[in-house]
Amino acid sequence: MNNYSLTLEKVSKIFGRRLVFKDISLQMSSGNVYGISGCNGSGKSTLAKIITGLISPSNGKITHLFNDKKIESENLHDYLGFVSPYLFLYDEFTAEENLYHFAKIRGIKINNTRVDYLFDLFNLSDRKKDILKGYSSGMKQRMKFIFALQHSPQLLIFDEPTSNLDNAGKEAVYKLIEEEGKNNLVIIASNEEVDLSFCGNVIDVEKFKIV
Amino acid sequence: MKAYSLFRKDWQSELRTRYAINALAMFILVTISVILFSIGTEKISEYLTGGLLWVVIFFSAMSGLSRAFVSEEERGTTLTLQLIAAPSTVFSGKLLFNLVLVFLMNIAITILYSALFESFVIKSFDLFLIAFVLGNFGIAISSTIIAAIISKASSKGTLYPVLSFPILLPLILTLLELTKFAMDGNSIGDSWVEIAVLVCYDVIMLTASYLLFDFIWKD
Repeated sequence: MNNYSLTLEKVSKIFGRRLVFKDISLQMSSGNVYGISGCNGSGKSTLAKIITGLISPSNGKITHLFNDKKIESENLHDYLGFVSPYLFLYDEFTAEENLYHFAKIRGIKINNTRVDYLFDLFNLSDRKKDILKGYSSGMKQRMKFIFALQHSPQLLIFDEPTSNLDNAGKEAVYKLIEEEGKNNLVIIASNEEVDLSFCGNVIDVEKFKIV
Repeated sequence: MKAYSLFRKDWQSELRTRYAINALAMFILVTISVILFSIGTEKISEYLTGGLLWVVIFFSAMSGLSRAFVSEEERGTTLTLQLIAAPSTVFSGKLLFNLVLVFLMNIAITILYSALFESFVIKSFDLFLIAFVLGNFGIAISSTIIAAIISKASSKGTLYPVLSFPILLPLILTLLELTKFAMDGNSIGDSWVEIAVLVCYDVIMLTASYLLFDFIWKD
């Protein structure tokens, strides 16, 4: 099992004059699946983005550790896999080309065994040479998982992971969560009860609001 | 190497979508045609053709170079880039892409310009070449960082030339001066102050861009 841990200390986020959440303190470690719940607009995605380093918190501190060594923010992308509805891949490239470019930009070799496994898991093997422009929204969502897992990251953050997916797609995601949750740190931000049923701990963002 | 991979991704994407190349090619043709029509049969002075060359280059750069970041923002792929590369890699890759685009664009403009304007005669070719190369670097660096800034704004189209003008003005003025010297047949030794200004401009813009980009790139 990987030795990845994530610590949030008194993390708050304010947009303009609107407080999204205040003083979230958490400790997460690999081998677990954590959930972030809350109603629409409660700040689930904001918290997910703060953890990934895509946006900064207004207050507080986030520390990522791998094998007890601190990960600097500019290197976090090497350890991170992220799926969300507001993530888009390149429509003008085929699925294979997307992954090729991503691997090259990351500076890693393409793990064909891993990529083939993921294409099979998400039932996209026969469409991997098609450009993404012709993909349905569900197929694009499946492709985002392959993008997120291509480099075998230690921290996986899935924001609304089953949006746009059919039952087979959802099953593939659940299988993946179970597999990855054994070794890696998985965080799911969702409102779906089934999605959150895989989580050992669920954080309700609503509880960190002060009216 | 990572920056080069990002450049290759952008270049392949550009060849398929033609975001910037078409805009640049059309702009170059239209601008030069308008100048030709407005001059008609009149013979214009050498210095004026030299000045007009950089006017065409400045506005052509404004029409196409912002695409490096704006296209990512419009397609929603900025987040994807943030998830796969460090800010310095992104800036280097985008700068490389704009450098190639600027050099291709300016070589095309200069060849077309030399063929169409009889009075555009460069007597000191080596001096013009130095000004041209250093000028292209300056335009590419400034355009890239300004493109990164305006890609987050809502009125991208108007903001780009407005923000670029004060930043590119010292560069364009120096380039105008050096082009005039090259037309007069001055040697490189006679123009070292202007060349040093160009080198300083490029170095300062490059350093400031790398320092600033982290703040621009991350929310």
